[in-house]
Amino acid sequence: MSNNDSTSKQKVTSTDEFIKGLWRDNPVFVQVLGMCPVLAVSNTAENALAMGLATAFVLLMSNILVSLLRNFVPKQVRIASYILIIATFVTVTDYAIQAISVELHKSLGAFISLIVVNCLILSRAEAFASKNTIGRSILDALGMGFGFTLALFCLGAVREILGNGSIFNVPLFSEGYQSWIVMILPAGGFFTLALWLLIINALQTRKVKS
Amino acid sequence: MSEVSNIAMQNPANSKKMLLAMVGIGIISAFLIVLTYELTLPRVQRLKAEALEKAIFEVLPGTDHTQAFGLNTDGTLFKIEEGDKSEAALYAGYDKSDKLVGYAVEAAGQGYADVIRIIYGYDPSEQILIGFQVLESKETPGLGDKIGKEEAFLNNFKALDVSVSNDGQLRNKVITVKQGEKQNPWEIDGITGATISSRAIGDIIGKSSMEVIPILHQNYKNGQNKMNSDEQQ
Repeated sequence: MSNNDSTSKQKVTSTDEFIKGLWRDNPVFVQVLGMCPVLAVSNTAENALAMGLATAFVLLMSNILVSLLRNFVPKQVRIASYILIIATFVTVTDYAIQAISVELHKSLGAFISLIVVNCLILSRAEAFASKNTIGRSILDALGMGFGFTLALFCLGAVREILGNGSIFNVPLFSEGYQSWIVMILPAGGFFTLALWLLIINALQTRKVKS
Repeated sequence: MSEVSNIAMQNPANSKKMLLAMVGIGIISAFLIVLTYELTLPRVQRLKAEALEKAIFEVLPGTDHTQAFGLNTDGTLFKIEEGDKSEAALYAGYDKSDKLVGYAVEAAGQGYADVIRIIYGYDPSEQILIGFQVLESKETPGLGDKIGKEEAFLNNFKALDVSVSNDGQLRNKVITVKQGEKQNPWEIDGITGATISSRAIGDIIGKSSMEVIPILHQNYKNGQNKMNSDEQQ
């Protein structure tokens, strides 16, 4: 898991704390964490966005609680307590999504419950929230959460446009467009992820060189 | 938490602290979950009921209000009032002047990925199916899920023959045939690329209509008055 938090020991501005999750330490494109929902639920832009926001919410709430309780929870039971906190907020999110839209809940299916085992959330609790103040933990969760959402949306948008010829269910092409079915099937998730990783890595290599 | 822990594992005071921490977090968790459940429950139930109602209106065009029915083992219908515990199997749809439009029947069966739940509309005066909707399916996106989207496939259910013969049985069982090979009014034109899913729909409707349609037909034939007295039993 991420060891990039050594920087937090030095003087780090609040903006940095937020920005790092969005770009420099992006959970999907750089840390490559939480691949299960990234590959499985990014078949449409809407699903990807909903999944990303749900994960961001769980991340935010668990980071807050873990940070609040960081001096209270003994070291030996910390992982168990993190899991308990995360599972609670996942259940809360599950009910909330059902209340927002039954349709959305259906299309996200089992993947909402699987946020529990998203290693991104546990890694942020263990590596960051348990060592930092609430304010910083909130910024970290927001950055990582939005970074995760952004990455999922990048995948979902590409897959929906190519695989379904639409974005947010709005058709983009004329009738004659032959959609690439493979892009909304699981294989398409790998293709799109590989493509994005290629682009991001190329950009970062260029930055390092210059 | 980052400071080095130099307390021995067996320290009783520490065990107490551990227990306290876990129980404390457990209580907070339980409280949060129960609170959200209670807060969202009414809305979730309303949304689910609305989704079902919408599906009924879809498969029974012209419906204004509905009435849920349960099916007795002896083949009679009984009314289900709102708040009743018993599971509704079918719904009668009435138009604005309380005239029966038809029955919406829920059915389920194995699809390609998982159980598919559907609802279909039956017009007893014409003895045809007049609408069909997928309520729940996990069929492959882009392939199997065409059963709920493809116009040509859905058009099959505008006038699907389920006429009942004199012996009280369906004259022809509904079946899915290969795309473009539909010849009889009781056949469903399948989807190339969604063979298994479209066949599953044929099987589900075929099986369910064999059981339910003769009963509905009988009820309809016995007349509105007789039906009312049936319901009151």
